[in-house]
Amino acid sequence: MRNRPGDLAFHAINSTLLLLLTLACIYPVLYVLYASVSDPLRLMAFKGVLLSPLGFTLDGYGLVFREPGILRGFTNSLFYVTAATVTNMVFTILGAYVLSRKNLLFRKAITLMILFTMFFGGGLIPFFLLVKDLGMIDRWTSLVFPFAINTWNLIIMRTGFQAVPDAMEESANLDGANDLVILTRIIVPMTKATLAVILLYYAVGNWNSWFPAMVFLRDRDKYPIQLILREILISNDTRSMVSAMGSDLNVTNAYRELVKYCTIVIATLPIMLVYPFIQRHFVKGVFVGSLKG
Amino acid sequence: MTMDRIRRDFRKHWLVYLMALPVVAFYLIFCYLPMWGALIAFVDFKPRLGLFGSPFVGLKHFVDFVTGLYFWRVVRNTLMLNLWGLAIGFPAPIVLALMLNEVRNRVFKRSIQTLTYLPYFISLVVVCGIIINFTASDGLVNHIVAAFGGKRVALLGEASLFRPIYTLSGVWQGIGWSSIIYLAALASIDPELYEAARMDGAGRFRQMRHVTLPGISSTIGILLILTVGGMMNHGYEKVILLYNPLTYETADIISSYVYRRGLVDFDFSFSTAIGLMTAVLNFILLYSTNRLSRSHSDVGIW
Repeated sequence: MRNRPGDLAFHAINSTLLLLLTLACIYPVLYVLYASVSDPLRLMAFKGVLLSPLGFTLDGYGLVFREPGILRGFTNSLFYVTAATVTNMVFTILGAYVLSRKNLLFRKAITLMILFTMFFGGGLIPFFLLVKDLGMIDRWTSLVFPFAINTWNLIIMRTGFQAVPDAMEESANLDGANDLVILTRIIVPMTKATLAVILLYYAVGNWNSWFPAMVFLRDRDKYPIQLILREILISNDTRSMVSAMGSDLNVTNAYRELVKYCTIVIATLPIMLVYPFIQRHFVKGVFVGSLKG
Repeated sequence: MTMDRIRRDFRKHWLVYLMALPVVAFYLIFCYLPMWGALIAFVDFKPRLGLFGSPFVGLKHFVDFVTGLYFWRVVRNTLMLNLWGLAIGFPAPIVLALMLNEVRNRVFKRSIQTLTYLPYFISLVVVCGIIINFTASDGLVNHIVAAFGGKRVALLGEASLFRPIYTLSGVWQGIGWSSIIYLAALASIDPELYEAARMDGAGRFRQMRHVTLPGISSTIGILLILTVGGMMNHGYEKVILLYNPLTYETADIISSYVYRRGLVDFDFSFSTAIGLMTAVLNFILLYSTNRLSRSHSDVGIW
């Protein structure tokens, strides 16, 4: 049954299509990687589909690392991501614990109040004005507290907490354990996998976030890496990095392109390095979330 | 009696309520206060004067928007961008999941999954940087076009190309990741159903139609409700990274217009009015989509 010729043909076509699709997904990434180590002048003149680096040079990376803005953006981002992710986790764990209590009189009311915000909000401007009125403009707090909880993540974590067997909590209850003890000694250790997934969701989201920083931060010295990237990649501002290249316009332009590719690689590297290790956990998170709306 | 119950509940669960405090405070401050703040849509808001000090203008801003020059443009663009997404972006991960589901070799399957999820984790700024780079007149896409004898064009400067570029790059970034939820649904289909279908002589495609698709139809339904119900709320982040005055004609959507009028032109009240109007419309849209789905099937998000 398995080996009918039609079957074979089907699998051959299916696998080929999947391979092509995968290539299409990953080629842009490879292209950027190859371009970032290519000889900039050859790259500039090349008019085709890049299948390997053209020559080899790390000049671009040297230029990027000599640009203080990139390094500062990087350290700023590290700080923001740490502060925001810790806050996210504390708030989300507390919220998920509250929502997972079965015999709480106001649980329904709190749940409804939270879910409603997924479908209706006051909008961008009132949110901006609020953060401004709270005196958070140009401060790191503006990137942390207004985004303390992502409701989707809260729901996923609540579902994870609900899966902890009641018997475990009841026996702890009989031993006189209070809620804080139950949360930290029973629930958290038993849902480590879910917590890890949510932690990673938050961390990646915080690392990639750029819009709040663009709106709330004024001082360029406080910019996270994504905003620096925006200047380089979107607004095409690479002057400071290639200013040392002399007056040959052709050479300068070639290096301008090169540093863009190098910046992309450097900014994406942290996620790409941990990606193979966390990928399976991410997937698990989606599975947990999809089990129960 | 009820007061008594509340008192007893608080006494018994005081620690839980204490834990709820920061969470409830977060939602009250950062989600519900802005709803109150949205009332500035009905005044000519001057930050100096505050909400109640600013002159009340009623529905002026709403009328200005609906009768304004850009109303149809942003509404049309929002709908069109969503339709492109529904037609191409929505089915793409379903097709990928169905194809992956047929793969028997586990290593092959896992490798494809790992590689197709990857673009999802690249930041939006970088993705848009890559798009801008590839679509430039001396970029990769134009090299290919030129190799086939086509003319080189700065693709992001062409209003007619904004929607395809936006949608296809979205498929590129999201197809793998979005397929996971369908793979989860596929994995939960009872294998005996396939066995029974095979016994009845159903071939691969008939099995797909009669077992696989019904098995994931509720997942598809829920995601469809969320997508259609979220139409008006279409995010602005990718749009404002990719558009430029040359492409406003097709690229400027409601949310990007709200952003520009509010945070670039500082026209707070007008921008808030548009935002409020779309939020209400969107809520109605979501509610009715859910109602409609509920009345025709069992699928619904509440």
